Amino acid sequence: MTKMFQAGPPGKTIKSDCQVFYTPSSKPLQIEIESKVQVLFSDAIRKLAENTFAELGVKTGSVQINDFGALPFVMMAQIETVVKRAHPEITADVLPEFKDHARYSTSSVRFRRSRLYLPGNQPKLFLNAGIHKPDCIILDLEDSVPPAEKDAARTIVRNSLRVLDFFGSERLVRINQGELGMQDLEAIIPHNVHVVLLPKAETAEQVIAMDKKVQEILHREGITSPVYFMPILESALGVLNAREIAMASKFNIALAMGLEDYTADIGTQRTLEGRESFFARSMLVNAARAAGIQAIDTVFSDVGNEAALRQTVRETKALGFDGMGCIHPRQIKPIHEEFAPGEVEINKAKRIILAADEAEAKGLGVVAVGSKMIDPPVVKRAERTIRMAMDIGLLGENWKTKV
Amino acid sequence: MKKKYEFVKNAAGRQVPTEVNGKKQTPFQGVHGYKPQGNKATQAISSCSDYPMDGNKVVGSIKEALEKAGLKDGMTISSHHHFRNGDLVMNDVFNAASDLDVKGLMWFPSAAFPCHEPMIKHLDSGVIHHIEGSLNGPLGKYASEGKMDGLAVLRSHGGRWQAVQDGDVHIDIAVIAAPTADPLGNATGDRGPSACGLLGFGLADSMYADKVIVVTDNLVPFPCIPWQIQGQNVDYVVVLDKVGEPEKIVSGTTQLTKSPDRLYIAELTAKFVRAAGIMKDGFSFQGGAGGTSLAFAIYLKDMMKEAGVKARFVRGGSTKYLVEMLEEGLTDYILDGQTFDLEGVRSMRENDGHVNTSPFTSYNWHGKGNFASMVDVVVLGATEVDVNFNANVVTHSDGQMLHGIGGWQNCLFSKCTILPIPAFRDRIPVIVDEVTTIVGPGELIDVIVTERGIAINPLRKDLIEATKDSGLPIRTIQELKAEIDELIGGVPQKPNLTDEPIGVVKWVDGTVIDTIFKIEN
Repeated sequence: MTKMFQAGPPGKTIKSDCQVFYTPSSKPLQIEIESKVQVLFSDAIRKLAENTFAELGVKTGSVQINDFGALPFVMMAQIETVVKRAHPEITADVLPEFKDHARYSTSSVRFRRSRLYLPGNQPKLFLNAGIHKPDCIILDLEDSVPPAEKDAARTIVRNSLRVLDFFGSERLVRINQGELGMQDLEAIIPHNVHVVLLPKAETAEQVIAMDKKVQEILHREGITSPVYFMPILESALGVLNAREIAMASKFNIALAMGLEDYTADIGTQRTLEGRESFFARSMLVNAARAAGIQAIDTVFSDVGNEAALRQTVRETKALGFDGMGCIHPRQIKPIHEEFAPGEVEINKAKRIILAADEAEAKGLGVVAVGSKMIDPPVVKRAERTIRMAMDIGLLGENWKTKV
Repeated sequence: MKKKYEFVKNAAGRQVPTEVNGKKQTPFQGVHGYKPQGNKATQAISSCSDYPMDGNKVVGSIKEALEKAGLKDGMTISSHHHFRNGDLVMNDVFNAASDLDVKGLMWFPSAAFPCHEPMIKHLDSGVIHHIEGSLNGPLGKYASEGKMDGLAVLRSHGGRWQAVQDGDVHIDIAVIAAPTADPLGNATGDRGPSACGLLGFGLADSMYADKVIVVTDNLVPFPCIPWQIQGQNVDYVVVLDKVGEPEKIVSGTTQLTKSPDRLYIAELTAKFVRAAGIMKDGFSFQGGAGGTSLAFAIYLKDMMKEAGVKARFVRGGSTKYLVEMLEEGLTDYILDGQTFDLEGVRSMRENDGHVNTSPFTSYNWHGKGNFASMVDVVVLGATEVDVNFNANVVTHSDGQMLHGIGGWQNCLFSKCTILPIPAFRDRIPVIVDEVTTIVGPGELIDVIVTERGIAINPLRKDLIEATKDSGLPIRTIQELKAEIDELIGGVPQKPNLTDEPIGVVKWVDGTVIDTIFKIEN
């Protein structure tokens, strides 16, 4: 009896995705298509399916596609997934066109107040994610993807990186741990990933190994723009090694906290007050600052509780963090608002910037506000405060000329 | 045997039949093109001595009332849809007609809902010849498949009143389900176990039908106050155990959306209204019942509070969100065409500022003016919009006729009409080259707000000017279309339509603006 392979989400209540069933045989390839958008796209779907199988070199077997309005790059990924499940020896990738809007770059020092986690096997959540303007979008291959779907998620994420416009959000991917993570890097690095999140970082060696692998791939692909790293500390060992981990690569731009696993590791539970994680978070902030990189707090997962989210962000900011994780677009605005500088902070920054402008105009090497000398790092910090205030709309672009 | 139709091209460039259900039609002649002459329809003279002096018009059953009203083959029976999907009356009416062995009736509801699926057996058996009214759900599907004998005639709420007044539709028997009534036939919707708020959609029926039957489950001694329907227009009163299911009167469309994309669109819409200078003291707006419209009202409310701005009136579809605005003093009045939830019903009953209105005051083409054109801004839905801003609410891109018009066409006459809509649904684009069915001409549609940006109709130079420095993502409709077409993998193919019409869409003046054709199997 021949075995049937399948890819795509189970069930009947699917949106913007598809199921592909493939039974290898020696008969010429036969493709049956049922689609929710059949009337409008039957020709396009058939053409896409035929092309994708041809590019994978599959000429035989029978195929059933149940489509629920999948976009082309999703259907391509599901077809590639089912074919590779049936024929692991096939290594060809079917890549959708790399769009110009997917080629923008990032900066190591940009804001990372909010980072929105998106499960790697749920492409419908990717499509409009960028319109909500999180600072970072994380296409997750790790904990939000069940083990049996890792291959599908990797292909969907790869295609998304080439096709989707995330409207200026930084493009992050969280890879899996260990060997699986190395395979993830092979699949995603060539497609303009800005930052790789390394889960369960416990030693500097892990970061170094990842760094080596990434540089290998970049070199092979002839890519010159850097890929940055954000190791996630999720265990007692990781927290105690925070400093070494932070310093392990010049491409590290932040350390992130993962509290679910950390609290389990130290034998306690997460509370809203967070007393149990105070040490770990402070340790992380200090290690990150010592390495000159950003400190990013854990995910706030109670989507419905905006008041608690805001309270948590205030505490996070007070501890010295630059940002935190979220899982729903509606959390983005509260996070940005709470990370925004206060009025006193903004006014102080304004005075420093104006003084710096004046010093520059007069050709002075030293900035002074009143009788107080201002060091360059303080000016830099003030610039950052002003940019953040403008980003959230607290300050107009022409604040210098407007009274 | 398939009926042959002759077609003419109307002012919107669409092929429309010259005759529908045995009546000659006037093709659409432009937004303000058609003004019929002559007198309005009227009723036969009645004498109060023909009615019980004690004011008791109660009869034993719906069947008895229909018999007494002289029901016979080919007549038109009308009804209102204030009970929405919770109506328990109209299925009984046509079951009774079936028992009386009557054939070839026309049902003239202001709208039909999924609860009216049992009507299909009456359509199959010939008790009902055809339905003229908004067809939602299974009846829409039935008509889409070309199974109905006559054509579906889709009218707006205002267009329904217009059709009654200019004689396009003559109602033989009006059945008015009423949450509370007295034996004379005075009736109200704002109280009783099946309270639905108001009965405005049944008002024309009560004034113009030959015979009027009020059906209630809450008979009170005379007088029923308020009398939204006047007993002097009523022939018979029938008392049933239950006329409506309150939990279904509140429709699913009054749930606030949880979709982050829809909320974003709603917020962007409110920001546009503020940036365009529309949101100022004494302004007015109308929000519908869809999730995005509700969210719009909530965002606008916050902005009004922040700016210290108060509206003179708000047009409902009322919901608890509008009621909160009224009770917090953010508007002087709610002028309400239908109540969508129980808070709306309570408010209408208790608050003098919450006023019940009818399509006559709000929407009617044959009125000496109406509210619709006085509203500063309305937000409405659409299934499709084309690059010329023409919009569709009755069919989907695949050709299926699935929705009614409601007050949508009438609202287009506001000073600023905004359609907050997602740029695509699954893989289906909302912005197209040409809409499947024109329901609203592009010259009346001012702004499209999608999650991918805002497009302003080039005719509205004032709005373009007012918002050019707003920082809002304003783009051309062509740019939006190009972005979505690229995402979905190119322009979709067209449905294969036959040349067999299954319905027509009327413009607010009674002319035919477009034809809905059967889809090829």
